[in-house]
Amino acid sequence: MNPLIEVRGLHYRYEDGTVALNGVDFRLEPGESVALLGPNGSGKTTFALHLNGLLRGEGDIQVCGLAVEKQNLPAIRRKLGIVFQDSDSQLFMPTVVEDVAFGLLNLGMDSASALVKARAALETVGMTGAEGKAPYHLSAGEKKRVAIAGILAMEPEILVLDEPTTFLDPPGHRSLAELLAQLPQPKILITHDSRLAAALCNRAVFFDRGQVAGEGPVDMIVARFGWDLAWERSKLRF
Amino acid sequence: MHIPDGFLSTPVWATLDVAAAPAVVYLTRRAQRSLDENQVPLLGVLGAFVFAAQMINFPVGPGTTGHLVGGALLAFTLGPAPASVVMAAILAIQALVFQDGGILALGANITNMAVMGVLAGYLPFHIWGATKWRRFSLFAGGALSVLVSACLALAELLISGVRMPPSVLSVSLALFTVSAILEGLITLAVMQALERIQPRTVHQPQPSKSPVLAAVALTAVLLATVGVLFAAGGPDGIEKLLKLQPASLHSTFLSQASAGILGLLLIYGACLVIGRVARHRSL
Amino acid sequence: MRHAVLERWARGSSPFHRCDSRAKIVALLVFLIALATANRGLPLFACGLLVLLVAALLWARVPVWGALVRAGVVLPFSAVFAAVSWLAGDPARGASLSMKSYLSALAVLLVISTTPLPVLLRGLGAMGVPHFLLDVGQFLYRYFFVISEEAQCMNQAAAARGATVRQWTPGGQRFRASAGALAVLFARSYARAEDIHRAMLARGYRGRFLLLDAARFRRADVLFTAVASLAPLALRIAVERALP
Repeated sequence: MNPLIEVRGLHYRYEDGTVALNGVDFRLEPGESVALLGPNGSGKTTFALHLNGLLRGEGDIQVCGLAVEKQNLPAIRRKLGIVFQDSDSQLFMPTVVEDVAFGLLNLGMDSASALVKARAALETVGMTGAEGKAPYHLSAGEKKRVAIAGILAMEPEILVLDEPTTFLDPPGHRSLAELLAQLPQPKILITHDSRLAAALCNRAVFFDRGQVAGEGPVDMIVARFGWDLAWERSKLRF
Repeated sequence: MHIPDGFLSTPVWATLDVAAAPAVVYLTRRAQRSLDENQVPLLGVLGAFVFAAQMINFPVGPGTTGHLVGGALLAFTLGPAPASVVMAAILAIQALVFQDGGILALGANITNMAVMGVLAGYLPFHIWGATKWRRFSLFAGGALSVLVSACLALAELLISGVRMPPSVLSVSLALFTVSAILEGLITLAVMQALERIQPRTVHQPQPSKSPVLAAVALTAVLLATVGVLFAAGGPDGIEKLLKLQPASLHSTFLSQASAGILGLLLIYGACLVIGRVARHRSL
Repeated sequence: MRHAVLERWARGSSPFHRCDSRAKIVALLVFLIALATANRGLPLFACGLLVLLVAALLWARVPVWGALVRAGVVLPFSAVFAAVSWLAGDPARGASLSMKSYLSALAVLLVISTTPLPVLLRGLGAMGVPHFLLDVGQFLYRYFFVISEEAQCMNQAAAARGATVRQWTPGGQRFRASAGALAVLFARSYARAEDIHRAMLARGYRGRFLLLDAARFRRADVLFTAVASLAPLALRIAVERALP
């Protein structure tokens, strides 16, 4: 079967010339979820932004069989949804329901159908009743759910989540993990949380300084690169 | 200086509303054309920044603080038309949500702060921004934007017949001067810091545009401001001197005042037209 | 915080809340113009308008006392000018300034506490105000609180490191530190705007904001506009007729 995502030789430089991605190859097979691990600044988010054409580097990228080129972008952006790290920057509409319906209206849907689908998406994430609320009044966890609803409403085939558990407290963390586990779509999960990665993903890709430094089962990669968060007090040196 | 409703006389607020409306429409269109795609979030968020920046305190004197107003800073980073749009949006939100400034007086406030203030702030930068006088132009722009806005507001109040004895007038002007200098200093300091951390956010003045034209426009704005202030302040003094009935002087006065304001706006309009013609002919 | 209270009031439900925002805008403008152009019999007219506004507040189920107090935000400014006018021998003008500015503020407060700002902006858009300007305003309002919090954090962080307003020199170290803080806040805001734009593009934004629902002007709205506009006008005619 054809891979859902195929990336070959992706290179990208920032405006000031720094190399952000230095020849990245990547595949996402149907039905699998992949975790992207690695230090801050290693290029994980930059890589993700190339998948739907928000950044343009050199190399080949195919998403759901479509090359990431200008004429395919509308279709690709429907099929591949990104949940960004900062929910405040993603929930830019005045009310929750307007934000969730934003993508649907842009797809050309009429208001009535968009409203129905938006409500369904809100129900999926457990935020029914928050329709008329302003995003500013929501907690971090609630904002994240609404952001996810905004993506789910567009019925994507692939979900990309950039550090979704940032700003969440432990209960929020847990309920988000439960929600994500219920979503059937294949996921690309950028995270520092190795346990979340192990719970949701089949395999992990480790980024370091713009390159793929290793890939394989999550536990193996975590062990190999020391990416575990569990410490023992006795082992910490004061 | 946000003028509330009820302070300006009808000819004044009505004329300024009528004048500000097409100016805002024109500037909105120019702003849309001049930036890249991400205009709405950029302008909105930077407007929010200006709003929020007023919370950061700058030491002014023993125990006192001042804050940034922001018109010139926006003009230097976004260009004059987008800066005007942002300032107009800020003024509208302030009037509606915080009742800071009147609704009928929006035309006046927008003209003073979003149009004339931004223009006066941008012009020194336009003329000298690419020369060795750059630092001075940043300071001058900040100072002028506040000074011109405040003087215009004062003039409009005087023309409307709001009482201002000479002592109050001189105190006001002194306060304006201090605010203007402070704005200039803050604007300069912030721009310098910005150039260090994120140089690409600074709008580059095009050196090919005719500096003569810009100098003319700047002179016109300054003359108009000072002129209107004089015209406004003058008859108050004359009234006292001649001890005439306020009412009779008022009526001819109002028509003179309206003429004064219209004159100011005509000068501004003429500059805009000249500017566009000049650009088409690559002067 | 002030706006938080007004926002809460705006989410209420009353016949007033349910009126189309365009109707409220028209009525507000008529009210403001009737007030601004009034000169004869102003105290009486002002009292009548106050009664009108209080009645509207009651009908809108907005806390009357809270509204009356909040509209007083304009009073310090007017008080200064009123005092100056009084000292200059023109107490009538001082009183006029105060009454007019207060009642105008109260009228605007009535509208903003019964209409969420985005709805109001949309109404203005339907009346011909450029959408670009209104969209900027909407974003401004949405992100004002987010950026204010960031600014407050920076203020607190600076204060925690002992920065107080002790040094007098503009251009001095404290001054430059504040300028640096502002520059950082600017840069972060700029970066946030880019993030927002990417999020917009990722969900198919093509340059225009499409509306989820188009408000329709109902018969009730027509009735409201007529009554609310005629009331201050009728009041003014009555007052001016009653005067010698």
